[in-house]
Amino acid sequence: MSDHVVLLDSYPSMFGMRVRIALAEKGIEYEYKEEDLSNKSPLLLKMNPVHKKIPVLIHNGRPVCESLVEVQYIDEVWKDKSPLLPSHPYQRAQARFWADYVDKKIYDAGRKIWTTKGEEQETAKNELIDCLKVLEGELGDKPYFGGESFGFVDIALLPFSTWFYAYETLGNFSIEAECPKLIAWVNRCKEKETVSKSLSDPHKVYEFVLGLRKKLGI
Amino acid sequence: MGEVKVFGVRRSPYSCRVEIALKLKGIKYDFIEEDLSNKSPLLLKYNPVHKKIPVLVHNENPIAESLVILEYIEETWKGTPILPEDPYQRAMARFWSKFIDEKCMPALLKAAVKERENKKAIEEAAELLKILENELEGKKFFGGDNIGLVDIVADFIGYWLGLIQHVTGLELLTKEKFPNLCEWSHEFLSSSIVKESFPPSDHLLEYIRSWLSANPSK
Repeated sequence: MSDHVVLLDSYPSMFGMRVRIALAEKGIEYEYKEEDLSNKSPLLLKMNPVHKKIPVLIHNGRPVCESLVEVQYIDEVWKDKSPLLPSHPYQRAQARFWADYVDKKIYDAGRKIWTTKGEEQETAKNELIDCLKVLEGELGDKPYFGGESFGFVDIALLPFSTWFYAYETLGNFSIEAECPKLIAWVNRCKEKETVSKSLSDPHKVYEFVLGLRKKLGI
Repeated sequence: MGEVKVFGVRRSPYSCRVEIALKLKGIKYDFIEEDLSNKSPLLLKYNPVHKKIPVLVHNENPIAESLVILEYIEETWKGTPILPEDPYQRAMARFWSKFIDEKCMPALLKAAVKERENKKAIEEAAELLKILENELEGKKFFGGDNIGLVDIVADFIGYWLGLIQHVTGLELLTKEKFPNLCEWSHEFLSSSIVKESFPPSDHLLEYIRSWLSANPSK
């Protein structure tokens, strides 16, 4: 049976990038549909009525929502190639824990950097750096969070690196100065073609953030 | 089986989730009741990142975050399954578990406990419960014919919420507005394993009363 896969996404979305990377790792052909988030398509609203958000993976007409749920789904359906999660239950639990940590901490801290200024922004910058340092500690001397192979936590965190330029420029600080090992890991991952073709251009992300700030009156 | 310990708090729905899952699988474990105002050195050692309960420790290996723990339990011990086998159904279970944890729990805690005079908070919580109500249509449990991951994650709705309403007079989860959820709660609480995993209602009612009088509504 041939699979029909559609991804409803938005170019700058770090969550969408996670799914793009997972699909690329598995070599899955799919139709990419760019959503205009200020004018959501009837298809998006039908496929994700609960959250009305991207990314949405549509596999043979059935939608899967929430990026980490989608990545796990992709791993379980296309299980014969490039496993994204480790095989041992304890390692899998650690992978899920750290992906959950990224979800709980990085997005909100990052968002506060480009939506606030002054003391609030300073606090947000410190929070982001603290969280990235915790992640850097978890990475240690491993090439990837998954160990020798690229995996779930790498996929969960990597797309945020495309937003670092925007955070740094608007927050006037350097993430590389604080977390050099993490940036080295980003660059290592980008050597993989599946990653480099899935990640969005940080300058385009920055332009998007500027546009969004204008719209929000920041 | 190995050595299994649960660091938790019996009156916490997050902690009870882990106990329900272990009991469903027939796993023997030691429960260590934590004093959250004075966390044990062991808890801080086993969960240095979040310093929270519950933590499952299996053969000295700690796992934190209840949803991560539930998946670990499912993958480590066969027997009564908590997740379906089909990848799409698994994705749906994960989606709804996330929805309950990330959207419903904060809204319910706000409406029922923290801002219990706030009409808007109650309306917002009701909207989210309506989504779950619709999801239950035609099903005995969220998991289908048997208790599954989503039912376990919805434990606060199944037990705590009713008891809080009994104390405060809040009329949020009512048979008139949510017949499916009320029926589900009845079925859920009929399970002897579920009942064994929860603190007795008189203990919980006493705790709720004393907490509410010590913490007036915002």
